[in-house]
Amino acid sequence: MSAASRAAGQRDEISFGRPDGGPLPAEPGQRPDGSGRGPAEAVRGPTDAGQQRAGPGWGPGDPGQPSTEGGQRLAEAGQLPEAGPRPGDAGPAITTSGLAKRFRGGQLAVGGIDLAVPHGSVYGFLGPNGSGKTTTIRMLLGLVQPTSGSHELLGVPMPAGTNSVLTRVGSLVEGPAFYSQLSGRANLARCDAADRTSDPRTADARISEALDRVGLLSAARKHYRAYSLGMKQRLAIAAGLLRPRELLILDEPTNGLDPQGTREVRGLIREIAAAGTTVFVSSHLLAEVEQICTHVGVMRTGKLVFQGTLEELRSRGATRILIRTAEPDRASEILAGLGLQDIRVSGGEASAQLAGQAPEEVCKRLVYAGVPVAGLESPRSSLEDLFVELTGEGFDVDG
Amino acid sequence: MSTADATRLPPGAALREISPVASVRHWTRFLRSELSLIFLRWRNLALLAVLAVIPVLIGIALRLSAGEGRGGQGPAFISQVAGNGVFLALVSLTLLLTLVLPLAVAVVAGDSVAGEANHGTLRYLLTIPAGRTRLLGIKYAALVVFCVAACAVVTIAALIVGAILFPVGPVTLLSGTTISLGAGLLRLAFITLYVAGAMAALAAIGLAVSTFTEHPIGAIAAILVLALASEVVDSVPQFAAVHPYLPTHFWLSFDALLRSPVAWPELAHGLLSYAVYVIIFGAIAWARFTTADVTS
Repeated sequence: MSAASRAAGQRDEISFGRPDGGPLPAEPGQRPDGSGRGPAEAVRGPTDAGQQRAGPGWGPGDPGQPSTEGGQRLAEAGQLPEAGPRPGDAGPAITTSGLAKRFRGGQLAVGGIDLAVPHGSVYGFLGPNGSGKTTTIRMLLGLVQPTSGSHELLGVPMPAGTNSVLTRVGSLVEGPAFYSQLSGRANLARCDAADRTSDPRTADARISEALDRVGLLSAARKHYRAYSLGMKQRLAIAAGLLRPRELLILDEPTNGLDPQGTREVRGLIREIAAAGTTVFVSSHLLAEVEQICTHVGVMRTGKLVFQGTLEELRSRGATRILIRTAEPDRASEILAGLGLQDIRVSGGEASAQLAGQAPEEVCKRLVYAGVPVAGLESPRSSLEDLFVELTGEGFDVDG
Repeated sequence: MSTADATRLPPGAALREISPVASVRHWTRFLRSELSLIFLRWRNLALLAVLAVIPVLIGIALRLSAGEGRGGQGPAFISQVAGNGVFLALVSLTLLLTLVLPLAVAVVAGDSVAGEANHGTLRYLLTIPAGRTRLLGIKYAALVVFCVAACAVVTIAALIVGAILFPVGPVTLLSGTTISLGAGLLRLAFITLYVAGAMAALAAIGLAVSTFTEHPIGAIAAILVLALASEVVDSVPQFAAVHPYLPTHFWLSFDALLRSPVAWPELAHGLLSYAVYVIIFGAIAWARFTTADVTS
């Protein structure tokens, strides 16, 4: 279960422990849903909490942010020394304003997008193939000059700051590319030699460490051409880890990998993010990044059609509320009074379409009105459905 | 830098203010990396092997035909080889300059940027970041080293074969003066460097061409066509007006170093021509490479 869906659980499952309907105070660092955590999620934990803190002020009327007592406790948990963003660099990791690229052929690849990637987030940059993700990433890294618009990496204006800021940014652009006649280690040595700020005395140690982190140490002496696609992909990530980075930009890091390789890369990203690095990861598959992202941006034919937390993306979907009660008719009256649509009543249940009302608020009203609420659910449409809704169905790609 | 120094500096200063010594060290480290890529590549080693083998073949051919008396025929210096093996180096350089040396330089220069772009390694170098101007500088420096190496391979191979197959002794210059073997070899070294300079000018053209494409083969072909077209135009008397401006026009002017005294004006003219070509095409390469979109 991912961080984001845990957060969703926190919103949906209303606690009945207090008559005023407010959720019970959550223990810092502990999830109200009490679900078991895998080892990888335990690593992610502190950063999750850090997100709660990074969130406010990120977007107006952010529905994903808990404004309740429990939420505040979580925010406090985010201030654990090892968790939150380091002091002094709290600004956004990436900002773009009106970033656009029209290629010489006249084709508009990216049509003026405003990205805001919060510091410390894992930002999933989603969109079908050909929606302008890679061109955007190339612009972010100064490989391609924007036709118009501007952008900043870690607060440094680009492309003027390319040579100074990129030492703090690791990247993987459009698949791995290395010298096939060299070994994995020799390839990384070449990368390190090209870096004018790296310390040659520590090169061997840093290369070994980077190889070790991606699990390639035993294959370090093998020729690159003998690597499998997964190993090549991991070597590219290792190149980004040759020195401590504040931001990692990964373009389709799981492209062409088998499920095992995908899992490995996902685990690696989790680990990197847990260490405090902001990760910007693009993918054409929502399912691949859903489990690790805190924020998402969705591209469609060069336009950013959605940007926000994963929770905000979920809340976009038409959401129904279902109340199990012994008095469904009275419940439906109250639901109608609250302005909910499409109310249906069946034996022991009343359900309705939420129109912006928070489920906890609906529950509070029901309880105040004396309706015996035995259970309350707020099922949502799947993220995959929302994603397809945003990006278009199958081959129905416009332009 | 000691830890005490580090604590006094504001954070990040250590990254931005790199001492000149460290800067030079980073340049040499990157250059070494670049050179190992060029010199450990089988294709380039094969080219150097061809450059070494051709003087051997010329030497054997001349040895077999020695005494047949065909003075006045063939390229310059060919009749002197039988008398002094040192001249085999001059014959080899003259012959190889017409095609094989420019071919070797075109292959490596055309590949320099276009090859990285074609491979996709260019985008990784630029995001490290290697710095576009710095990368171009390193690329050209490595090309110059290759040019010197290619010319040296020809000279050294020819000298070895010449010494084995022919008598070696004091060198008689074109002006009739005879100088000692040591002085002759010194002049030969300068001739080799002069030819390397000619190749370095061609490499600058090649580097510029290489920044315009992602296809190394296309770049290599374009450079070679340019060099051959220049040689053709240079051999047509009707184009005499443009001859001094052709990149290949001064390639064979190294015989200025075989006169006594050395014909400096001719030599200087050639070196000036190379310098101008390096500056113009270096500027074109820089203007193109620092603004180009890297989409490979």
